[in-house]
Amino acid sequence: MLDLLNGFVAELRNAGLPVSLTENLDAMEAVQHIPIEDREAFKYALGATLVKNNSHWRAFETVFEVYFSLRGPEYRIGDGDESDLDEMWREMQEQMRQGDSKGQAGGSMDQLTPEEIAQMLMQALLNGDQALMRALAKQAVQRFAGMEPGRPVGGTYYLYRTLRNLDLDGMLEKLMDQSRQDVGGELTPLEERLERDEYSDRIEQFKKEIEAEIRRRLVADRGAEAMAKTLRKPLPEDVEFMHASRDEMQNLKKALGPLTRKLAARLARKRKHGRKGPLDFRNTVRHSLSYGGVPAEPKFKYPRPAKPELMVVADISGSVAAFARFTLMLVYAIQGQFSKVRSFVFIDGIDEVTEFFKSTEDVQEAVHRVNTEADVVWVDGHSDYGHAFEVFWERYGKDVGPKTTVLLLGDARNNYHASQSWVVKEIRQKARHVYWLNPEPRSYWNTGDSIVGEYGTHTDGVYEVRNLRQLEGFVEKLA
Amino acid sequence: MGDRFESVQQVREGLKAVNYLADEGIAGVAFLADRLGKPVLVEGPAGTGKTQLAKSIAEATGARLIRLQCYEGLDESKALYEWNYKKQLLRIQADKNSDSWSEVHDDIFSDEFLLTRPLLEAISADDPVVLLIDEVDRVEVETEALLLEILSEYQVSIPELGTITAKQIPMVFLTSNNTRELSEALKRRCLFLHVDYPSMEREKEIVLTKVPGITDNLADQIARIVRSIRQLDLKKAPSVSETIDWARTLVLLGIESIDAQQAKETLHILLKYQTDIAKAAKELSVDK
Repeated sequence: MLDLLNGFVAELRNAGLPVSLTENLDAMEAVQHIPIEDREAFKYALGATLVKNNSHWRAFETVFEVYFSLRGPEYRIGDGDESDLDEMWREMQEQMRQGDSKGQAGGSMDQLTPEEIAQMLMQALLNGDQALMRALAKQAVQRFAGMEPGRPVGGTYYLYRTLRNLDLDGMLEKLMDQSRQDVGGELTPLEERLERDEYSDRIEQFKKEIEAEIRRRLVADRGAEAMAKTLRKPLPEDVEFMHASRDEMQNLKKALGPLTRKLAARLARKRKHGRKGPLDFRNTVRHSLSYGGVPAEPKFKYPRPAKPELMVVADISGSVAAFARFTLMLVYAIQGQFSKVRSFVFIDGIDEVTEFFKSTEDVQEAVHRVNTEADVVWVDGHSDYGHAFEVFWERYGKDVGPKTTVLLLGDARNNYHASQSWVVKEIRQKARHVYWLNPEPRSYWNTGDSIVGEYGTHTDGVYEVRNLRQLEGFVEKLA
Repeated sequence: MGDRFESVQQVREGLKAVNYLADEGIAGVAFLADRLGKPVLVEGPAGTGKTQLAKSIAEATGARLIRLQCYEGLDESKALYEWNYKKQLLRIQADKNSDSWSEVHDDIFSDEFLLTRPLLEAISADDPVVLLIDEVDRVEVETEALLLEILSEYQVSIPELGTITAKQIPMVFLTSNNTRELSEALKRRCLFLHVDYPSMEREKEIVLTKVPGITDNLADQIARIVRSIRQLDLKKAPSVSETIDWARTLVLLGIESIDAQQAKETLHILLKYQTDIAKAAKELSVDK
């Protein structure tokens, strides 16, 4: 048990989760109070002691599944549950026979035709029968995945093979038809929607069962360590913006809120804890009364909190498309936190998009409007930082003041156009700070047509911001 | 350490008896908190019953609930303790002539002149208490440090008095809406519990227990609609408390089964942003 837990914690650390020694000890203590047979409780006990960040929960769950997948009575792989299944199958056939008295040949699960399996699956999904679904998942994997011990293929391959044979998309339609029939006629749109959600949910559940089953078999074949390694995925804060999948993007979006609040807090704190202002004469005299008129306690004026002004200038061209989407969401989030934010987007022309973000509460819509309505193409729609900056300086340069912080976002791939880096220099002279955030790995900087170095010399700092962790690092440094 | 509960199952039943439906995770962590004598950090979206959990645990164990509401600017004198300055002054003036200085000095820094604030009160209580530190993410990072001693050692150090150690270890719940990342030091001392929106079945159960006079059919429908709405990309998804409000409204209106029109008309109870309402209304009625 101790070995198992140690291996488990080591794997969590490998996956990037910060597990401290005390947390490890807590976990050891916690499991003494929970029987390992109660798998769910066991999982939560480990989770509560080891995982202190909800975005890490998924990674934790994966590792847990791998390490403890072969424990607990309902999770064995074996012949034991085959008989259960057979029983269930026979029962179902009984019912069917009573129902339409056709009479099918009773037999064990292994002799079923694919059609019959599909039929059973549909029944299971229709009734939301968990046990049957689990049993069917096992059967489906056994039959369709074609797993061979020692074969170096990933779980996704088997998953694909299994799902291809089951045709779950078609299943959803069939289920909908069935429930329409049950009602006898048309469903109202609301009912239709609810039914559909319900069935997709069940199908999703079934897919998870299949995945879990494949994983169990792989673990049994290859051992937990090897399996955990292949399943390792970057944590949400390590996901690169440029290569984020849709799901990952969703997670990133959620993480943005706290981050921008932090940014706002950082910028604001400087004002609160800053040096004291000049002597406040009135206040000093007022307090001197309690000392008999002696100004024993000088009072100072606090400096008026200056509201930080932020100007965000973001590249939204194709080369940074994924990052751009993220940038826009970031801009949207920032806008909610600061009173004075102006945002600009450019490709080879530049346009102000502050209004798009202000006028709507829906970030998707705002991003959509930016992408469709903003006038950012000047000649050919290839990034031209030089021209964009030039126009920015011409039109908005006068608005840059000593309170302004300017954030420039982009990879500085200028397609060999003129850099016009004097604009950045000018901006820096007028603004409080100028920062450049680059979504490219540092090793790519200044290769090819990237001229981030040339711009960089005129800013207060160029930061590599490829993932949330780095963005957070930037926010930390800002203070 | 503690022995308030025998098993996870007992936690669940205890909570159920006071109308709080805990899932496996919640009950498990509450049980562990009791056993390990550790505070629980409860995190999750607003309105999923984080505060209610602490209240219900207090009710289920028959303990007194002591609540510290956190806010920006919370400090020692409001969270821990404060010297009763006026009383001290009076004491000094009362026997100006008689006592020697050292006597007075010792005297004015004694229990009598100490005003206990929630944290100290929870520590020094004789009867069983549950300490709830609500919305801990609202205090500044620096203020968090105030909590560290009490969370790990269950003691409070007062320079003039010495250290006050807890007579019995209270159950401590900290809630957070995750508006900012809490410090590692704080997290390390706590068990972590994420309370998310409940599953459809649990939500239905919750509605059934919390709303008297609701039919099973309506509760089922409500839970299903809410689940569909939560799947949409909204600014603020409906919380459990809003679901309950909605259920109450529907019961008051005497609705037995919801159709699209009625759902649309009462959506504003479930959703608080105009854009969200419009989106949900569109999805629920025209969706094909």
